[in-house]
Amino acid sequence: MITKEYIITASQGIHARPATTLIRLAKNFKSSISLKKADKTIKLNSMLNILSLGIKSGEQISIIIEGEDEISAVIALDQFFKDQLKDL
Amino acid sequence: MNEIKGIGVSPGISIGRACVISKSNAVATGTLLNDTNEILIAIECFDKAVISAMHEIEGIKTNTSLNLQYEDIAILETQIEFLSDPQIREDVVEVINTDKKNAGDAVLDVITNMVQIFLNMEDEYMRARSADVQDIGNRILRHLNNSGSLFTQTFGLDTIIIAEDILPSDTLAIDTKQVVGFATKIGSKTSHTAIIAKSKGIPAIVGCGELNVIKNDDVIILDGTSGMLFINPDEQLLIEYNQKKSVYDEQANQLKQLKTVQPVTIDGTLSKLLANISSPEDMEAVFENGGEGVGLLRTELLFMNRDSFPTEDEQFEFYKLIALQSKGKPIIVRTIDIGGDKQLPYFNLPIEENPFLGYRAIRICLDRIDLFITQLKAILRASIFGDLKIMLPMVSGVQEVRDAKKIIEQAKTELSQADINFNSKIEVGIMIEIPSAAITADILAKEVDFFSIGTNDLCQYTLAVDRMNEKISHLYDPFNPGVLRLIKYVIEQAHQHKIHVAMCGEMASDPMATLLLMGMGLTEFSMSASAIPAIKNIIINTDLNKAKEISNHVMTLDGSKAIITYLQEFTI
Repeated sequence: MITKEYIITASQGIHARPATTLIRLAKNFKSSISLKKADKTIKLNSMLNILSLGIKSGEQISIIIEGEDEISAVIALDQFFKDQLKDL
Repeated sequence: MNEIKGIGVSPGISIGRACVISKSNAVATGTLLNDTNEILIAIECFDKAVISAMHEIEGIKTNTSLNLQYEDIAILETQIEFLSDPQIREDVVEVINTDKKNAGDAVLDVITNMVQIFLNMEDEYMRARSADVQDIGNRILRHLNNSGSLFTQTFGLDTIIIAEDILPSDTLAIDTKQVVGFATKIGSKTSHTAIIAKSKGIPAIVGCGELNVIKNDDVIILDGTSGMLFINPDEQLLIEYNQKKSVYDEQANQLKQLKTVQPVTIDGTLSKLLANISSPEDMEAVFENGGEGVGLLRTELLFMNRDSFPTEDEQFEFYKLIALQSKGKPIIVRTIDIGGDKQLPYFNLPIEENPFLGYRAIRICLDRIDLFITQLKAILRASIFGDLKIMLPMVSGVQEVRDAKKIIEQAKTELSQADINFNSKIEVGIMIEIPSAAITADILAKEVDFFSIGTNDLCQYTLAVDRMNEKISHLYDPFNPGVLRLIKYVIEQAHQHKIHVAMCGEMASDPMATLLLMGMGLTEFSMSASAIPAIKNIIINTDLNKAKEISNHVMTLDGSKAIITYLQEFTI
């Protein structure tokens, strides 16, 4: 299992568009991927659940990945949170 | 005639006839399912409806006649994700299974709950997402009942749609050849409906409140800029708005053509047009007008209209909000420029005989290091969210620069010790607005990363003219050869020392000065966002050799009267 923490720097936080991209990204992997904000954890496969966390700019989240392809999943997600997100 | 005021979310003026759309809310049937077989069939119906709804969206996405933009496609992609959301299916299946409700009632139940959850959120953006959830629900219901979309119907020419709310997918399906505007009872600036209207260029007003007075075929003037709606206006108002409309359309057209054009001269010299701003709210206009960043962020607004100094955290939030909207473009933050004519009620500055020659700007900062360091730390902390640069105002000589840089280093050290991230390579520049700074530009250029020429103060200090004194206002003249010589020298010294030089004073937005300044070698101009298109228009029609000729000739003229007469010849 891999856990990684990120501070969201995108101005609008995780709104509908990045959430869409994030879900589609997560679908590419066999690993089970969850997102945690404060004490709430959700599976990274539901728009509603991601949006209901209301992740705003400047907030801290963590990603929990567990499964056979967790290494490649973590690389992809790392790129998403560090580079892609702020342009979405 | 009636008038209604709402929130203008998509600018422009449209004049047309009303088409009132009344919403038919789906009502639960209350029919319960009898056995496991019916339950299985209900779940199957739901799954089929979702699949056919997804096909429908794919169809809209690939319909080229709708002329969808990138934003529109993104919204449709989001809808597809909503439709295939496992949480929605799980909830619907559970309601069908445990409450024995039919598929339609179950969807209605689940969606109503979810809409409520979004409506209860604190964040305005998230509340606006309730419309998307509602949209998904309606779409599934429509496919369950095999009924068509509201907006597959055709409208007459110049229709203005009046409705309680228009769902994002309906907005997308609107044919802009017929529908020229819409007004809704509810809605907000961040709703997808507003975003789509803007991307389609349809003037729109939301949040109008009661729209019952409007009947089908009423003549409507809709002003999406001011948010005003006029119902059955008199002839005079119609004429007035017809004129306004043609002016607006013309301007919008020009702006649109210029927005994405690079400010390059005919012979290929690239310039940079930046904006002067005072708050995070100004950022949208910067990019709307084709600005490539912020050449001057005035920070005074942060300190005004309050009764104590803002804390480091408050300042950090302000800078961060701007940095986050900057799309990686530079943001030049000018440190506190209070004093002079800008007084703060909670900061008791003694009344001075000559406030403009007194205790102000960097002079206060170097005296009250506590205030300065608080601001610097806030800027540094925000520097990880965007390309922030620090600019010091009212510098008169090199010692002030060295002292200020020492304090910047101290701020960095304090942050490092507290394990707080910042951009350690943040650029530091100065305003050139005091004649001594202009004359010693060769010395100062060795100490800083950039210059920004503040022509307003430079002019008043060079000519010894109080800007506020009406009796001598005719002497306040940026085209005075003395001022021009200083500007030219500053630009040359910056180039020689290979540092950036920009102008952020009023002169930068004066069309008469553009060629002259370019001829002097200036390529970075910062001005109020709305002035950018006009200056860009001059630049793209200019040849740099011609500009050099003009500036060389201006330098041979003996007074501003001759200079202005000469420059007027070349002003578009």
